[in-house]
Amino acid sequence: MNRNLVITGAQLLGGGSADIAIEDGVIVEIGAGPTRSGARVVDAAGLVALPGLVDLHTHLREPGFEASETVLTGTQAAAAGGFTAVFAMPNTQPVADTAGVVEQELALGEAAGYATVQPIGAVTVGQKGERLAELGAMAGSRARVRVFSDDGFCVWDPLIMRRALEYVKAFDGVIAQHAQDPRLTDGAQMNEGIVSAELGLAGWPAVAEESIIARDVLLAEHVGSRLHVCHLSTAGSVDIIRWAKKRGIRVTAEVTPHHLLLTDELVRDYHARYKANPPLRTAEDVTAVREGLADGTIDIVATDHAPHPAENKACEWQVAANGMVGLESALRVVHQSMVATGMLDWADVARVMSSAPAGIGQLQGFGSLEVGAPAHVTLYDPSVPGVFTEADLHGRSHNSPYLGRDLPGRVQWTIHGGVVTVDDGQLVQELV
Amino acid sequence: MRHLLDTRSLDRDEALRVLDVAEDMAETQSRQIKKLPTLLGKTVVNLFFEDSTRTRISFEAAAKRLSADVINFSAKGSSVSKGESLKDTAQTLEAMGADAVVIRHSASGAPRTLATSGWISAGVVNAGDGTHEHPTQALLDAFTIRKRRYGADSRGRDLSGLRVVIVGDVLHSRVARSNVWLLSTLGAEVTLVTPPTLVPQNVSQWPVRVLYDLDQALAEGPDAVMMLRIQVERMHAAFFPTEREYSRLWGLDALRAATLPESSIVMHPGPMNRGLEISSEAADSARSTVLEQVTNGVSVRMAVLYLLLAGERNDERGEAK
Repeated sequence: MNRNLVITGAQLLGGGSADIAIEDGVIVEIGAGPTRSGARVVDAAGLVALPGLVDLHTHLREPGFEASETVLTGTQAAAAGGFTAVFAMPNTQPVADTAGVVEQELALGEAAGYATVQPIGAVTVGQKGERLAELGAMAGSRARVRVFSDDGFCVWDPLIMRRALEYVKAFDGVIAQHAQDPRLTDGAQMNEGIVSAELGLAGWPAVAEESIIARDVLLAEHVGSRLHVCHLSTAGSVDIIRWAKKRGIRVTAEVTPHHLLLTDELVRDYHARYKANPPLRTAEDVTAVREGLADGTIDIVATDHAPHPAENKACEWQVAANGMVGLESALRVVHQSMVATGMLDWADVARVMSSAPAGIGQLQGFGSLEVGAPAHVTLYDPSVPGVFTEADLHGRSHNSPYLGRDLPGRVQWTIHGGVVTVDDGQLVQELV
Repeated sequence: MRHLLDTRSLDRDEALRVLDVAEDMAETQSRQIKKLPTLLGKTVVNLFFEDSTRTRISFEAAAKRLSADVINFSAKGSSVSKGESLKDTAQTLEAMGADAVVIRHSASGAPRTLATSGWISAGVVNAGDGTHEHPTQALLDAFTIRKRRYGADSRGRDLSGLRVVIVGDVLHSRVARSNVWLLSTLGAEVTLVTPPTLVPQNVSQWPVRVLYDLDQALAEGPDAVMMLRIQVERMHAAFFPTEREYSRLWGLDALRAATLPESSIVMHPGPMNRGLEISSEAADSARSTVLEQVTNGVSVRMAVLYLLLAGERNDERGEAK
């Protein structure tokens, strides 16, 4: 099977356009008019060529919650959104807290083929926050785990958090913290503020996130470790990260697409598709996280893709599940919120959605378009207007907050290691 | 009126219409035969996911006096987290041909979810949802304040210039939220008096003044003082130290009640914790409207059901207007 490709006329990040030749899954030439006999020609005129996107925060749900998503359907959603690698959060059943489970996750990803699946290991056994999981075994396994997280739960005990930060230095790992003080968010349903006061929903105060981040950056400084802050959502959190970085603390931070675009005003109809953790915040917070992403305080955008079956959303707000699917919409949301507003250019997008997440997660072979690198490429058409619809969703669950919303742009081609996964706007059903 | 989900979205004219129709209903209730044929053949379902005998029998009496058929559906036990979903329950009621659903639910927003989901075409009346709203309680409170103030001359009047003090656990109170919006819409000046722990963290957009000192609020001689029920469990979540301290600082005891002007009324949505938020002297005094509130509740709920089911419905499935 001939898997050679020549992408013609793609818009490069440094400016100008060029052709990209791919042979056997590797970029072999970038320049004017490379020809490869028998290669398939991909006309990329007017399309932005991005290094294949990398998501540091995906919930694939398998094993255990296959009604919501599987590794196959989740990576299909990823491909549809222009992603070529996803980091799989460990809150599966069983929890990915042993070498066996992370290796299973890795194998499922390899079998699916739509994107590279890099497992994240749990910090504590069963994500219970009590005892460290066998981090070293996961790091030394075939899955080569470097990112550890109890995402969904905060590693709340400061001593456990300190030990985890210290311990992963042995293999240059990083702890990705879900910053949420559980006591300050007991029963919490939405951002605490003007809207929660009216709606009578228990508040999830900004300080419950900020106090944990403040503690953790100080711990990371004290023990000289690497900390990653998941889905930062408040203006105060941006300030703390900015302060910590200025001080030289080794901290990185992510923001989700939905926190770049949506606010808690949307909760007024009690429609659970807007329910997430951390919750949608205020317009001031949205402005602050956009500025933080633009000035480099926030390093990356990560989706927190969180699929749920319809019955877990078509119900009373209070009992609805937290989370939104985000892989298919992420690039378009970043386009709308950051590029169309002039806060980022496409080279910045390549950084915050590909090279920086790959760097934080120490995933080799991703994040750049250069000769000799594996051919992970996303070709994006920024010129088309559009409305986000069910037809854009390719995972098993449809809990997207963007359905019916105007979102510009379209992922026209996704190439994962030389394999075309999105072909001229269509998800490829049978990979070749 | 298509649904009654909250008072925040009621405008002054809509609110006065309910109160004036309630006046008509109240008049019929002093007749020997209280029953009207108005809703003959209509089916009203009382869908209660949370126990509330008082509210349920008030709605039941209102519906029956309008000749509607009443089905009481106690969904307690099929709790919100397990068992039958709200969607399945709604679709069951739809299949039975319910014309109106009166819903009481522990989850804030459940009535709106029911009304906007497309699961059911019946009109929805919120009979109290979580810590959100309890619109018929606020309407009966407004009715009671107006009746005490203007008597037989109440029709068409709003509450302009009247000062109402609401005292207690505003944070968890759907009664307080509904009253804040409705009384303000009707022109009253609303003051909240609460422990600082029991008012939402951000009420900057509420049309109210917040005080922590009950004596200061009472010294201003308000027209109505509304005491909210305090749940003793709150004490264990550190909202206040002890019942004794709560009662001392925010309870309406006999001494405090005695400082009020002759014409001031004392209200309570019931059930009361005598000796905690309200003393027996205050609850049983001539200025107490506790039992009038219960009586007026039936008239107000008759008015709501009437407007929902017998009044004009310009669009069968759309929003209220």
